[in-house]
Amino acid sequence: MTNIEAKRSQIVISGVGGQGVLFVTRLLAEAAIRHRRPVLTSETHGMAQRGGTVISHLKVGDFASPLIRPGAADGMLVLKEENIAAHRGFLRPGGWMVVNAGGAIDAAGFVCGQIDADDIARQIGQPKAANVILLGFALARLDGGSVGLPCSRRDIEKAIESGSGLDKKRAAAATAALDAGFSRGLAAS
Amino acid sequence: MLGNEAIAAGLVENGCAMATSYPGTPASEILAGIARLKIDTGRPRHVQWAVNEKVAFEIAYAGCMSGLRTAVSMKQVGLNVASDPLMSAAYMGVRGGFVVISADDPGPHSSQTEQDSRLMAMLAKIPVLDPDSPAQARQMAKLAYEISEAYEIPVMLRPTTRVCHARQDLPPAGVPAEDAEVGFKKDPGRWAATPKFRLQLHRALEEKLDALSADPRTAPRQLNPDAAGLRAVVASGVAAAHGREIIQDLGLWGSLPFYQVLQPFPLHRSFIDEILGKYAEVLVIEETTGVIEMQIADRRRVRGKQDGRVPSVGELHPETVESVIRAFAGLPGQAAKMPTVPGRRPTLCAGCPHRASFYAVKKAAPRGIYTSDIGCYTLGLNLGAVDTVLCMGAAISQAAGFYQAHRHLTTRPDIVATIGDSTFFHAGVPALIDAVAQQVRFVLVILDNRTTAMTGNQPTPATGVGACDEPLSVVDIEGLVAGCGVKFCRTADPYELEPFIALLKEAVSFSREQGPAVVIARHPCLLDRRRGPSEREPVQVVVTDECDGCGYCLKHFECPALVQVKGEERVRIDPGICSGCGVCLSICRNHAIVAVDPGK
Repeated sequence: MTNIEAKRSQIVISGVGGQGVLFVTRLLAEAAIRHRRPVLTSETHGMAQRGGTVISHLKVGDFASPLIRPGAADGMLVLKEENIAAHRGFLRPGGWMVVNAGGAIDAAGFVCGQIDADDIARQIGQPKAANVILLGFALARLDGGSVGLPCSRRDIEKAIESGSGLDKKRAAAATAALDAGFSRGLAAS
Repeated sequence: MLGNEAIAAGLVENGCAMATSYPGTPASEILAGIARLKIDTGRPRHVQWAVNEKVAFEIAYAGCMSGLRTAVSMKQVGLNVASDPLMSAAYMGVRGGFVVISADDPGPHSSQTEQDSRLMAMLAKIPVLDPDSPAQARQMAKLAYEISEAYEIPVMLRPTTRVCHARQDLPPAGVPAEDAEVGFKKDPGRWAATPKFRLQLHRALEEKLDALSADPRTAPRQLNPDAAGLRAVVASGVAAAHGREIIQDLGLWGSLPFYQVLQPFPLHRSFIDEILGKYAEVLVIEETTGVIEMQIADRRRVRGKQDGRVPSVGELHPETVESVIRAFAGLPGQAAKMPTVPGRRPTLCAGCPHRASFYAVKKAAPRGIYTSDIGCYTLGLNLGAVDTVLCMGAAISQAAGFYQAHRHLTTRPDIVATIGDSTFFHAGVPALIDAVAQQVRFVLVILDNRTTAMTGNQPTPATGVGACDEPLSVVDIEGLVAGCGVKFCRTADPYELEPFIALLKEAVSFSREQGPAVVIARHPCLLDRRRGPSEREPVQVVVTDECDGCGYCLKHFECPALVQVKGEERVRIDPGICSGCGVCLSICRNHAIVAVDPGK
């Protein structure tokens, strides 16, 4: 049971320029819109994207402000492990973190899922797909959690098909990447 | 949809017939959104990127003089460039509605200043609307056109980054309304008014402002009319969105009156009277300057930037707004704050031709003064090849200024200016003309990646293509440089690093003895989808055991694909980042970077 019915949901997506933080944010937003939930997101554009730190905020529910306050986020997708120190302040006590990382990480006490999404991306021949792999992994791992993602895997698949602006070929590749992450997420439980 | 797309939708569905712009974060997606609507619906009739914001403004303004609804969009520092026509247009007024969108960047995230465009509206004496969200920005486009035509005055719409780059679920753009009838009616007393008649126009303008500050459509409103008390909060823009959410979360919605100002200038006089009559203390929260505060003009009762309770610099993050409201309402406790951990600095993409150009500049003029400009290439800072970045086009004029300052020294420093192709068109040409006339001894490297890259690869006059991918004429840079009177102008590909360095050395020699020398460094931007397939095969490179960890490549070439081996000083190539440009093959002094033989 995913958290579609939750009244409000606040998720941070953190990475560096070029990792596709915005794409994942957009998928989650499109997926929530399919459930007719009001959605607000904030993105980083311009100079910050040339390899600089990139963070986006996703708020589903009755919100006015597009920014999440420190200590208020229900969860965080971390595409770049080095960002944990800078961005973990967004998480509320009891919040979750799903991190793209290979070795041991310091999750600062937060409930954590971890996968080497870059490695899997290389394995499936899509070196830039770590973002979607991590999302797939998170969807599997957070199923049944206290406050997971505000959508299901099917919602994200539909968003890839028709809400993402990708052509058929790229959409198929993204779906494959999502599946790769999802199946690993199921296996890891 | 993105806030900028919502603004585009609002303009077009309310009859915008002509839209112009120059790219600039956070405004760039407004014109891109309008262009997509034109591709889909055929409306507006004319959509274009212009060479700079002043030209963009003047084109759109002529449209409204002809009776059409038009719009021009830019970032806040772009408004500085358009300020000349803005001031004059305010006096002359409009016929068709005219909306000037100036997007501010509190922070700043990607600008030279965090100036407040609402102050520019105040200086120009035009009304400004301050949206709190993508949804409200779209509604305000409609309102702006209505106000503009009712009072025959340009109207400014002032979103900020957190509106422009927020996304909100909104219905798609409506079918565009029919355009107004077009026809320029001669009225030189108005459209060509000389100073004597400008006084009458100014008098009329003041009367318009008076009436605007009493128009119920744009009046401030109390969002929680059931709340009453001795203290009230007044906010505008995204700060009002933060404030509304925070006051509810703090449980104060029933007890702390909260007002949202839609039109920060001119501020409604009845509103000022009301809040000063009802409340002992008023907290004003707005970005980035105290425009509302200064119009309320009561130092004893107004709390905000003027008494230091609200920071005067930087973005008003919601946690800052929460701290300010807590203190004002006498609540115990602090808002949680983020730690200040340095983020990763931005850098040129792996394979960016500018990296090669800057490396070459430092080789050709190692002790030079490097003036530079605004664009992706500003990141030449990371290679130590950028000494100054002032504003658009300043690389050339500042090079001239440094030359004049140092010219009488026995050992004159070499001066190498770098400027992008789009920036050169924007503001570089007049400065180059001046440098030729003044015989300035300097080298100008025009970094021609055939696009306006940092803002999203918009076309330039040299691209030959418009905002809707329609064919346009090409303005050729070599011809333009020759037309400015430059005697040394050569074009080369910076990827061919050794010959490029040799060419730059030749240019430096020329500039020492004879005058301005221009080198056009031409190689397309890697991210530009318009560039077509590359003729070059990507080169696979690897670092051999000859690497001694000296760090020269990391410091002086700074490619993100060059990474240190974990726990060591030696360097390796990250194949996930490497673009295969092969330029690094010429960099290593130990020849430790080599091409991998594809046969092996």
